[in-house]
Amino acid sequence: MASNDVYILGIYMTKFGKHSDRDVLDLGSEAILNALKDAGVSMKDMGVMAAGQLMGGVGIAQQLQKQIGQTGIPAYNVTNACATGATAMRVVYMSIASGECDYGLAVGVEKLAGAGLLAGGSRADSGDTWKPQGRQGAIVPTDGLIGTDTMPGTFAQIGLEYGHRYGGVTFEDFAKISEKNHANSALNPLAAYQKVFTLEEIMNDIMISYPNTRPMCSANCDGAAAAVLVSGAKLKTLSREQQRRAVKVSASILTTDPYEEACQVLPNVNTLTKLAAKQGYEKAGIGPEDLNLVELHDCFATAELVHYDNLGLCPEGGAVDFLRAGHPYRTGKTPVNVSGGLQSKGHPIAATGIANIWEICHHLRGEAGPRQIEGAKVGLAHVIGLGNACGVHILEKSAL
Amino acid sequence: MANQVPLVDYLVLGDKPHLVANECTKCGARFFDRRSACASCSNTDFKKVDVATEGTLQTFSIVHMAAPGLPVPFVSAIINCGGTSVRTNVINIEAKPENIQLGMKVRLATYSMGADSAGTEAIAFGFEPAK
Repeated sequence: MASNDVYILGIYMTKFGKHSDRDVLDLGSEAILNALKDAGVSMKDMGVMAAGQLMGGVGIAQQLQKQIGQTGIPAYNVTNACATGATAMRVVYMSIASGECDYGLAVGVEKLAGAGLLAGGSRADSGDTWKPQGRQGAIVPTDGLIGTDTMPGTFAQIGLEYGHRYGGVTFEDFAKISEKNHANSALNPLAAYQKVFTLEEIMNDIMISYPNTRPMCSANCDGAAAAVLVSGAKLKTLSREQQRRAVKVSASILTTDPYEEACQVLPNVNTLTKLAAKQGYEKAGIGPEDLNLVELHDCFATAELVHYDNLGLCPEGGAVDFLRAGHPYRTGKTPVNVSGGLQSKGHPIAATGIANIWEICHHLRGEAGPRQIEGAKVGLAHVIGLGNACGVHILEKSAL
Repeated sequence: MANQVPLVDYLVLGDKPHLVANECTKCGARFFDRRSACASCSNTDFKKVDVATEGTLQTFSIVHMAAPGLPVPFVSAIINCGGTSVRTNVINIEAKPENIQLGMKVRLATYSMGADSAGTEAIAFGFEPAK
């Protein structure tokens, strides 16, 4: 191991789901204390901390320090929509890579159970006279009158736009993605839902925003995830067991979307994912064909399809063929979302970017139990935050 | 005729209702509200341009779950109007998948949103199938 590499030494995710009797501090603390325990180090060893919570007040990092240890280290409170957890990881990664410290802590936590629509879910009163307001001089809120602000609708359009560009994608194709992920979640005891659905059940469930039915949408839930990162130089001084379980962060990438026509009319999640994947593969010195598993941002079934293409798992325009050939299934050549994905594992927003990395680490360490992808050596974790931000982490098994 | 007000200021009413955009004088990128500088090339000069009132359906969704008070289902869509992408609802169509084809031709149409307490009528736009 090279001294200037960065490794994940310990990582943990809470059970995702509804935690009625526990708040964000309880969940975040559980994740941090167990990540430290998994790493075999303590809060006193940490040189930096980055924490994310999207739907909360200010200073989640300091609030958590008051629960688990106030040691005076720099703390970064980060938000980047659904890429918040991945952004916290990258902040800690950069601090260690810069040589400023040897250990760092990244955490993401969210309480979202029962939250419903996260955008476009309510409307302001427009009063009794028409009065133009805002940058577009709108006389009433335009959501629902000029297209939709809702996430299920936005991502439905993203999926069908791919269908329009390359042709041949059906409602059933999107539903099959959801069927796969729900089936995968049956093997994941930490998933919010572990229910297997038939294709017919998925297609006949409540329509949220065509073609996304309810089980094809990510599940709002509570949860937290945390990771302890360490420098390669420090790792060399640790026990053989710590070195064996350490996972190399071969690339930690964050991108925003480069301008392209239409990107300010419908969010473009393709350009920045392609950019992040390219940078990640170059940095890690590996290609998509080397990946043993991928956790990608399936916030909706329609989103997963486009990311097969964006991450280079298939040739351009070949996402539907990739799916129909069985490649993203557990038994396929590039298993995607063996955790159950956001659709069934759940999507506590700020925790998601670290939980995806936890899943990959679990397999690289050979600790994934019944859902273990045998012999996994390299994995990729991807998240998208609308607005837009894309996080890609490429992770490799220890050489020991 | 009573006074009229458009739903948004980039909808121009009159005999031939149409949308207007701010176009970058350097690279031609178009925006539906003001920009301090162009997101594509950082140029700071813009001019008002009319957007084509006919186009093709680039993508859509039939929205069944929305904020309380919004009638559902409705068709949310992106229309390619001669190279300019426009966000809109597709109107004057029954919101069912079999009625909507990617690539179908549509055109701008306006409708009344009713009058306020001062008697001013609000006019909104959508795109309807082009016969």
